[in-house]
Amino acid sequence: MPPARMRGDGRKAKNAKGTLLRLLSYLKHYAPTLIVVVACIFLTAFSQTTSSTALGRLVDDYILPMVATGSTDFGPIAKFLTRIAMILLMGMLGSFFQSYLMVGVTQGIQKKIRDEMFAKMQKLPLRYFDSNTAGNIMSRYTSDIDTLRQMISQSIPQAVSSVVTLVVVFTAMVRQSWILTIVTMFTVVGVIFVTKLLAGKAGKFFIGQQKSLGAVNGFIEEMINGQKVVKVFNHEDACRTRFDELNDELQKNAFSAGKFSNMMGPINNNLGYVQYAILAIVGGIVVVQSNGQMLSLGSLMAFMTLSRNFNMPINQISNQINSIVMALAGAERVFELMDVEPEVDEGYVELVNANIDADGTITESAVRTGRWAWRHPHKAEGTVTYTELKGDIVLDMVDFSYVPEKLVLEDICVYARPGQKIAFVGATGAGKTTITNLINRFYDIADGKIRYDGININKIKKADLRRSLGVVLQETNLFTGTVMENIRYGKLDATDEECIAAAKLANAHDFIERLPQGYNTELTANGASLSQGQRQLLSIARAAVADPPVMILDEATSSIDTRTEKLVQDGMDKLMHGRTVFVIAHRLSTIMNSDCIMVLDHGHIIERGSHDELIEKKGTYYRLYTGAFELE
Amino acid sequence: MIKRLARCIREYKWAALLSPLCMIGEVAMEVLIPLVMAQLYDYGIVMQNMTVVITKSVQLVLCALLSLSFGVASAVYASKAGTGFARNLRRDMYYNVQNFSFSNIDKFSTASIVTRLTSDVANLQMTFQMMIRMAIRCPMMLVLALISAWQISPELSLTYLKVMPVLAGALILLTPVVFKIFDRSFKLMDRLNNVVQENIHGIRVVKSYVREAKETEKFTDISGEMAANFSKAEKILALNSPIMMGCVNVCMLTISWVGAQMVVASGNNPVMGLTTGELSSMFTYTTQILSGLMMLSMVFVMMTMSRTPLRRCYEILEEQPDLVTDAEVPVTEVPDGSIDFENVSFRYSATAQHRALKEVTLHIPSGATVGILGSTGSSKSTLVQLIPRLYDVSEGVLRVGGLDVRDYDLKTLRDNVAMVLQKNELFSGTIKENLRWGKPDATDEELIHACQLACADEFIQGFPNKYDTYIEQGGTNVSGGQKQRLCIARALLKKPRILILDDSTSAVDTRTDAMIRRAFREEIPNTTKLIIAQRVSSVQDADMIVVLDNGQVSAVGTHDELMKTSAIYQEVFYSQQKGGVE
Repeated sequence: MPPARMRGDGRKAKNAKGTLLRLLSYLKHYAPTLIVVVACIFLTAFSQTTSSTALGRLVDDYILPMVATGSTDFGPIAKFLTRIAMILLMGMLGSFFQSYLMVGVTQGIQKKIRDEMFAKMQKLPLRYFDSNTAGNIMSRYTSDIDTLRQMISQSIPQAVSSVVTLVVVFTAMVRQSWILTIVTMFTVVGVIFVTKLLAGKAGKFFIGQQKSLGAVNGFIEEMINGQKVVKVFNHEDACRTRFDELNDELQKNAFSAGKFSNMMGPINNNLGYVQYAILAIVGGIVVVQSNGQMLSLGSLMAFMTLSRNFNMPINQISNQINSIVMALAGAERVFELMDVEPEVDEGYVELVNANIDADGTITESAVRTGRWAWRHPHKAEGTVTYTELKGDIVLDMVDFSYVPEKLVLEDICVYARPGQKIAFVGATGAGKTTITNLINRFYDIADGKIRYDGININKIKKADLRRSLGVVLQETNLFTGTVMENIRYGKLDATDEECIAAAKLANAHDFIERLPQGYNTELTANGASLSQGQRQLLSIARAAVADPPVMILDEATSSIDTRTEKLVQDGMDKLMHGRTVFVIAHRLSTIMNSDCIMVLDHGHIIERGSHDELIEKKGTYYRLYTGAFELE
Repeated sequence: MIKRLARCIREYKWAALLSPLCMIGEVAMEVLIPLVMAQLYDYGIVMQNMTVVITKSVQLVLCALLSLSFGVASAVYASKAGTGFARNLRRDMYYNVQNFSFSNIDKFSTASIVTRLTSDVANLQMTFQMMIRMAIRCPMMLVLALISAWQISPELSLTYLKVMPVLAGALILLTPVVFKIFDRSFKLMDRLNNVVQENIHGIRVVKSYVREAKETEKFTDISGEMAANFSKAEKILALNSPIMMGCVNVCMLTISWVGAQMVVASGNNPVMGLTTGELSSMFTYTTQILSGLMMLSMVFVMMTMSRTPLRRCYEILEEQPDLVTDAEVPVTEVPDGSIDFENVSFRYSATAQHRALKEVTLHIPSGATVGILGSTGSSKSTLVQLIPRLYDVSEGVLRVGGLDVRDYDLKTLRDNVAMVLQKNELFSGTIKENLRWGKPDATDEELIHACQLACADEFIQGFPNKYDTYIEQGGTNVSGGQKQRLCIARALLKKPRILILDDSTSAVDTRTDAMIRRAFREEIPNTTKLIIAQRVSSVQDADMIVVLDNGQVSAVGTHDELMKTSAIYQEVFYSQQKGGVE
């Protein structure tokens, strides 16, 4: 078998050595087990080579002498076979313990890497998810970890045992006859050459096959997703024609690739027999010509048995190297994710339950009081001060860019007093959502300051900051589980009654009651059985149960029709009561009653004021309002 | 089920037959080779007879070459048959999907159809290839090797017959146990992947609610359970190799012991009985027979595992499109654009309790402009999807041009009823290519004209490549409003008798929306136009406005009439007036 670079997929580790070392560091923990495993491998290999030469020895040392002498004492044979049986038994035990122990190692490491990777993923900044597709991240959990498993459980042990076998057999071969060893080396090189040639061919077609497969699968995905459009336009026949073209191309390439890789087995096998014949002829000639001087008959016979054990480990080693190289590429991708810089959190201000006296004195409380305070330790003085959580948010001359030197937001100033409703209006890409992403520190600002109740948000622990902010996004994400569990996501210790109250507030209660199992209905695939509007109502209920002092509603009602929206709006108004709210909306009807409306354009606030003020102004907002302007 | 899938082999029948046949040849040679080798050894090397060494070596090489040729031929045919089978299967499935009605598609869901056409087919291809090679190879090897061994020595061969049931018994006992645990483990793996997927997609929600720890805990739990299950299965599996080795070893030792006595008795004379060369052939047969048995058990496991993809592909192949033209001679011309609903009711599946439409009666004259309003879930889309027969009515009659829609040739009907779906789709390709879906032979002038009507020409001209601009898959490189206008233009190119816009201008500003409607009025006055909209302003000037509520027609009339009679209409109107325009 060829080395990996002859294969088609071309995925190779960039830093194979470093990756291997790092992988080995995971194995360190299992060192005692691994020592036993390696011992077992030696035992098995030793047992296998012994048994393969046992027949030769049985014939040479026992049967033939007995035939020659006419002895009928089978005692020595019985003794010999008993000894062999013991060795074989040891080999069996070695093989069993090797596999058995490796299961624990493999599964343990796999679980450890998997868990570490997931825990790490949870800490990654949002930026990472923006720049990597879901499929790309997913594949590290599936195919990459699987190649790792194969490598640890199969490739490495097999490679080790092949090397051991090879060394044992090779030494034995040299001891028997160096002439025949040279002959064997030549034939082995020949076999490797042929297989390499074939693999090269297969590799070429393999690339073609992967390409065609991608084309066919891509076509299927796009066209099946648009199947309803295909039907409406009577486009079925055109699709069939195009599909046939791609499908035939795939078959052609897959056939060529499969042909060559299927051939590999029989070719390897049978070339081994040819090698055997060559050895017989050459060896026979040497024995006869030298009259047994250079090579004895017994040696020739032993050698021929040995040579049959020589090709297999060679093939296996190159196979295993192949998959190890591939697994290293996978491991590298896994480690790549683990090495991404996590979200930094240098905040030290915490959110605590608080008792607030009539005179404004704030004391920390161990139980939920319904009131909250920021606990602000001052290292220098060693004191702690408390600030009441009110929901006062100020953005002061904030700049932000996703990539350096390309400002997405510039000089943004926003003053949101406790209980105020602040709205953002603007075209897609104007930076509305970005502003809210800065407030909950999904992204960090480039310049300027954001203050929450007068505290710079960089000083607040991210978890506490986010806990104090409720978010409802346009794209709803529900989790596999019951409706109740999904609502409870907002507050893990919420009682059923609290969840139902939240659902009622969001006007979700009615439709939930109509579901087959009500609140216990299982949701799968992001709530696929619900309508977009229903999913949105659930995510509003989820935010409601969290009961945060500040809410961010990012296009929360855009997928609900205007009549239903009125119902939701009632609930939302109740939800918004007494809270600071940031609203991003497409429909101006939902934001008209805001305390302040910001019109954003290309990262700048171009207009601000209440609805009436902005109408008076007859600027961009006015044109939006009168429908003379398109929002996208 | 298997019979239906076997039909996909078709023109690859010969390859599918030749591959196992060649495989039989290869196996026969492989069984013959140890015999030749035994003779080479006994008569040539042991007796130091060079002539025999050379003739037997040549025989051995010939056998090897023959075996090689058979092996290569079998490999080539297997690849041909396997890929050919997959090609036909994919083709049959895709063709049948093209016959699916909307309700067939809904039943499977698009995601599921895609998986069946891609990974399930790939899975079956692998199983099929393995079957025509391994499923023949293993039993053949078993039988031929056993026969050859019998030829050498029936007495020694008895050993195999004693050991084989032990191995088979162990495999039969172990396999289902392991299989069950693996099955459970793979289900856990699906759950685990589901958690990862949800977390990647919902990372904003996870972070907003500070649920990282909770999600990690959930993941670790499933991950641990999965590791435990896999460990259990693999630990049982670890028994496989020692059991196999044990059986081989028992055979070897027995044969060595009994064989040694036989060789000594015969004086290693081929005429008298067993020879040392034959003894070594027996060893080769031992491995061949027992590994054949072992592989056979693996073939069974793989076949069991392919049951699910088999069933899933079969379901697609056998799904009957539930829209059939009953009429003996389907009508191939639509006389005019009138639409009549007579007491139409509709349920999405025959067993559903809920009626999406309830006794709808509507008469729409040809050339009229009709607005349809109603809240989500009021079945607006359902109502219009019945017109081009994307679904069939459950009760009542729906007539287009005075004739029952079921009397028309389906293609004719759909060519005359153009519909812009709520979920617009553009396909990867240039704008021109996308537009020509509406009319394959449309000239550039026709394309431009249609785009002008749909107010799309203006922005297309603004693109550097104009009408040759490449649209990415799913139309991700044009804005929502632009996509909607392109879809309208595409529908207009069909020059239909009836044009249906299902909420197709929601992302278009009101001014452009009005311009499109004016163009419709002036340029295609004879086309019946149905417009579903959220905005009252989009339907205000229609000849007739239908207000739907909960699957029923709540009111019909002009704007002025409805303002007087319909409470719902008033409510929607005022809610939007107060909020101004969207």
